[in-house]
Amino acid sequence: MGKVSKSPWIMHYDGSSCNGCDIEVLACLTPVYDVERFGVINTGNPKHADILLITGGINTQNKAVVEQIYSQMPNPKVVVAVGICACNGGVFKECYNILGGADKVIPVDVYVPGCAARPESIIDGVVKGVEILQRKQDEAAKAGM
Amino acid sequence: MRENYELTVIDSTELPLKALEMKRNNARLVQICATSIEGGYELSYSFAMDYEFINYRIVLDADVKIVSISDLFPSAAFYENEMKELFGVKIESIGLDYDNKFYRIEVEAPFKK
Amino acid sequence: MGKRSIVPFGPQHPVLPEPIHLDLVLEDEKVIEAIPSIGFIHRGLEKLIEKRDFNDYMYVIERICGICSFMHGMGYCEALERIFDVEIPDRSKYLRTIWCEMSRTHSHLLWLGLLADAFGFEALFYQCWRMREKILDMFEASTGGRVIFSVNKVGGVLKDMDKQMLESFVKEFDAMEEELKKLCDVFLTDITVISRLKNVGVLSKEDAITYGAVGPMMRASGIAIDTRKLGYAAYNDIDFKIITSNNCDSYARCEVRIGELFQSFDIIRKAVKQIPDGDIATTVKGNPNGEAFVRLEQPRGEAIFYIKANGTKYLDRARVRTPTFTNLAPLTKILQGCDYADVPILVLTIDPCVSCTER
Repeated sequence: MGKVSKSPWIMHYDGSSCNGCDIEVLACLTPVYDVERFGVINTGNPKHADILLITGGINTQNKAVVEQIYSQMPNPKVVVAVGICACNGGVFKECYNILGGADKVIPVDVYVPGCAARPESIIDGVVKGVEILQRKQDEAAKAGM
Repeated sequence: MRENYELTVIDSTELPLKALEMKRNNARLVQICATSIEGGYELSYSFAMDYEFINYRIVLDADVKIVSISDLFPSAAFYENEMKELFGVKIESIGLDYDNKFYRIEVEAPFKK
Repeated sequence: MGKRSIVPFGPQHPVLPEPIHLDLVLEDEKVIEAIPSIGFIHRGLEKLIEKRDFNDYMYVIERICGICSFMHGMGYCEALERIFDVEIPDRSKYLRTIWCEMSRTHSHLLWLGLLADAFGFEALFYQCWRMREKILDMFEASTGGRVIFSVNKVGGVLKDMDKQMLESFVKEFDAMEEELKKLCDVFLTDITVISRLKNVGVLSKEDAITYGAVGPMMRASGIAIDTRKLGYAAYNDIDFKIITSNNCDSYARCEVRIGELFQSFDIIRKAVKQIPDGDIATTVKGNPNGEAFVRLEQPRGEAIFYIKANGTKYLDRARVRTPTFTNLAPLTKILQGCDYADVPILVLTIDPCVSCTER
């Protein structure tokens, strides 16, 4: 099996963010920052995705959506929480409808700080995520799966 | 330069009539906003005709029911659902009634005092 | 009559940039009715007013939406300044105007890119976003942030721009304008673009009023209302013409936003020429007491800020009625009778900002 880290496909889901991190994630995929040079491709379908970029905190309603997206992604998979809201709820932590960061419902591998997260740090997070993805795959291969 | 606007206090029973008057004047509904006060609510209905900005204020006891204006202004339904769910304002006969499932929050009427 | 079925659409869907959910009632391939359901981003930040004082709340209200964050902060400050009854220095009014127009240009370029992406024109999407990056660079140079700026405060602004910076911005915009003209030609004359936009999603002038459309959505239906004409910030001293279109369809909405892009460049040029010297803020003492409504024109349309204060440092209520919230009703109207395949484009033409809508 080839190295998945050569071309990881990412999927982006907007939890309950303010759009700030979302447009920065999208800015990463477009000219100037361009993560596609690392072989990364943006996809809208969770069943095609290796890395899930999640922005914003988890609220009572999108909890099920996030869980479903995560369960639909094939193994091995990596979750990158982008921005302080996805890490722990950030400025909205005390709001009545916010449960907290993305790790309340799914396991998170990489935390990217910032409000809004800068494209440089998002790229950094994705590159770290790719390393973890490769490691997970190697471990799975060793276990004979 | 600051915009001048009117704010008229009306009784809750006058609302359908005022809304009808606004509709006849070809006004558009700008917004409806609720504020919780001790034992009740303050509702602001804002309309606009061209650049003219007209506001009606209704002071309501918590248990008083109010009638929807969504048959005249379809967009009112969204504001009314919001007030119903977040504030617990009792609104009757909303055109598109989400029945407290507009934002689908788990807390009941968080803004109610 | 064909067979009726209900198709759930969203919140996560390959063509949707934002989590909104629609229940579409279809008859074969035609949409009969669309019922939006929201709440995927609802945070309840208006409730935070009880825990943050009015100066701190400024940073929360900016985070209603990362696209118009400057204007949310500014509307909040304008409403409080009205309650305090203070007049802010002229220079800060001009600075606010310049930042407002820069927000509008970056928002409209973002929208044009997403629209191009929605009908599968990726090269055009990338071109729009490449240009948008230049505006973000200017934002970063002048405020220190790319999307969240935190430069407003009650009584003025926190940062100044010197003459050299302002002039370099104008030069940058001049260069951008030339490039943009070529790009917009594609949007307005390319046959594939026109075939996706012309006569799709028609919202008549009467419906625009009945359903309460605002902003470019309303102006594309031939209604010349732009809240900037109320003269907040420095708009009173700057002459500009409201851009409208009478076609009422998706193409008209695209046309209006493109027109507004060039208009914003023009307003920035005029503002830079006229900007007076002086202070950038006045000191505001005490706590607010009273209530105020403020209307202003965001890239997506008219936004309303309502603030009620009680004389303490905690406000009673801070409400923002955002443009997308009121554009939901017109959206349900234009979706009636459209083809199922056109739904993503029609959702985009209102320029939805779901995090604004749900707060």
